Amino acid sequence: MKTINLERQTVRELNQALHDQAIECTEREWEVLDPKGQHNIACGLDQNISVDIKGHAGYYCAGMNKKAHITVHGNVGQGVAENMMSGMVRVKGDASQAAGATAHGGLLVIEGNAGARCGISMKGADIVVKGDIGHMSCFMGQAGALVVCGNAGDALGDSLYETHIYVKGTVKSLGADCIAKEMRDEHIDELTALLNRAGVDEDPSAFTRYGSARQLYNFKVDNASAY
Amino acid sequence: MSEDIKVTDGLRESATFDRTTMNEIRRAADTGIYDIRGFGAKRKLPHFDDLLFLGASMSRYPLEGYREKCNTSVTLGTRYAKKPIVLDIPVTIAGMSFGALSANAKEALGRGASIMGTSTTTGDGGMTPEERGQSTKLVYQYLPSRYGMNPDDLRKADAIEVVLGQGAKPGGGGMLLGQKITDRVAKMRTLPMGVDQRSACRHPDWTGPDDLAIKIQELREITDWQVPIYIKVGATRTYYDVKLAVKAGADVIVVDGMQGGTAATQDVFIEHVGIPTLAAIPQAVQALQEMGMHRKVQLIVSGGIRNGADVAKCMALGADAVAIGTAALVALGCNHPKYDEEFKKIGSAAGFYDDYHEGKDPAGISTQDPELSKRLDPVVAGRKLANYLNVLTLEAQTLARACGKNDLRNLEPEDLVALTVESAAMARVPLAGTNWVPGQKF
Ligand SMILES: Cc1cc2nc3c(=O)[nH]c(=O)nc-3n(C[C@H](O)[C@H](O)[C@H](O)COP(=O)(O)O)c2cc1C
Repeated sequence: MKTINLERQTVRELNQALHDQAIECTEREWEVLDPKGQHNIACGLDQNISVDIKGHAGYYCAGMNKKAHITVHGNVGQGVAENMMSGMVRVKGDASQAAGATAHGGLLVIEGNAGARCGISMKGADIVVKGDIGHMSCFMGQAGALVVCGNAGDALGDSLYETHIYVKGTVKSLGADCIAKEMRDEHIDELTALLNRAGVDEDPSAFTRYGSARQLYNFKVDNASAY
Repeated sequence: MSEDIKVTDGLRESATFDRTTMNEIRRAADTGIYDIRGFGAKRKLPHFDDLLFLGASMSRYPLEGYREKCNTSVTLGTRYAKKPIVLDIPVTIAGMSFGALSANAKEALGRGASIMGTSTTTGDGGMTPEERGQSTKLVYQYLPSRYGMNPDDLRKADAIEVVLGQGAKPGGGGMLLGQKITDRVAKMRTLPMGVDQRSACRHPDWTGPDDLAIKIQELREITDWQVPIYIKVGATRTYYDVKLAVKAGADVIVVDGMQGGTAATQDVFIEHVGIPTLAAIPQAVQALQEMGMHRKVQLIVSGGIRNGADVAKCMALGADAVAIGTAALVALGCNHPKYDEEFKKIGSAAGFYDDYHEGKDPAGISTQDPELSKRLDPVVAGRKLANYLNVLTLEAQTLARACGKNDLRNLEPEDLVALTVESAAMARVPLAGTNWVPGQKF
């Protein structure tokens, strides 16, 4: 295992060392000490490596991750795992706004709560939050799944496309075009698999599914030629 | 009334309720929905035509037309990037999305720009292999929608442009209507086929300039500080926006005036939001100068640039380079009269066509229809674009030499005068024949 202490080395040096692993992988296990809420830790990785961040991280931790497994043993700031493509990011504490924003693939697990706009514009990733999520979460969610074991804030799934949303607790309000939907067998299966992958012990049948009513997909079909 | 006077000869059209206005009222009454269209603002605005160059005479020494050098190259991104972009000419191709434009049109833009040693830019919807393949210098747009955004393409880019807004619609998001969401476009954007796609107007994971500074650091970290990072803004509060963009860490700032083209926006937005390109440049330059950053953070200006005079005037006002959208499409063949009959069939006419969003462009440019797209040969169209870029450059050089400048970037406001009080006030140059700059003391 290779250890980098951010008291002694810069985030730039850390990221460069991690990026170099994409060219030639010399070390599969990495540990980052004393992150002290610094921004952009372990962003842009592109290799099957594991990175354990021992403490809190700032904005865009694990941003645009590909392949790597990154665990933050603390809280994270805005945009954790934003635009992730693949791999896995696990946050042991809470996450601030826009967790997993626009993420295309991979799995983001937040063991605490997530702030506003969790999964905003998500495009295929899966996000599992053990606690609550804030308002405007999954705004314009396009694909993938968002699982919330606690409660959701206002305007969940506003202007939703095709992301599947599962919430166990209450939803303060639904956003435009987001509706509760029937939980069919295929959804129970999907949710069961997601909870398993995330290592979260919950009963899938206790969740409600939300999805797009697809009423905003076209402005007004009758007038299409006039737009 | 005598016989030789026809009553109809004296009919007077209302300047307030002209035919276009009345037609729009009828269209609104028929459909109940605002008008969406492409192209830029069509109203008359103070523009570069309202400025003139003062050629050399007794007090200035001109350069010899064909013999003395006049440099046109410009380096962008010298502030932080390890690999700044060197352009042979200061005219770049603005970001226009695959989706709005056909793959052939994108390829043609790449070809034309590459022949001339300049850059082209992706757009909302991501990078296509065709344009990466044909563009020697490609700027990758980072937009609120993040459609097709992925770190591999980011790392393939020669520069990254963080788009905050466009001149045609500052404060508005993109639109791509269902007709153009074909299978390929849908896949690139991870959307169902045929939906009316509305791009967000705000970035999803940052809100103000302080956040943007961290976002820019992230992009730099992911690309190992190799490539320049631009910030593109629609021209509104340009003075403040430019200051904030510099503070946020931009290498290059792109200011797009209200004449700037668009693929699809509400007409009311295109015509009524933003400030003219002419008014935006001095604001941007003032902001850069006050921060000691003029020429250190480069300024690219776009919105209504059509000829070498426009290029030279932008540069004289302090821009380092310009970007073109609409003019590049026209050079490829957009709105070409040879398709007039077909334009008429779809309710338009050559020279007026702006329904880019409908995807029925007879010229095969703003369409995803495979049959129409085939009409545009990317090699031939790319050559035309290169020719046109060449003319822009030669014209700008001609004017610079006439003003005694051996580099386009040596042109200065002092070389310009204005024809109207408005343009004098906006461009901050004297009214022709006077030393009066409105708003400034003698
Ligand atoms: C068809 C079309 C598509 C465009 N797509 C984008 C886009 O995806 N992103 C963007 O920042 N600007 C886009 N623009 C605006 C251009 O980048 C540029 O700002 C504008 O065209 C410059 O003004 P001009 O057309 O007068 O040269 C588009 C413009 C056109 C005409």
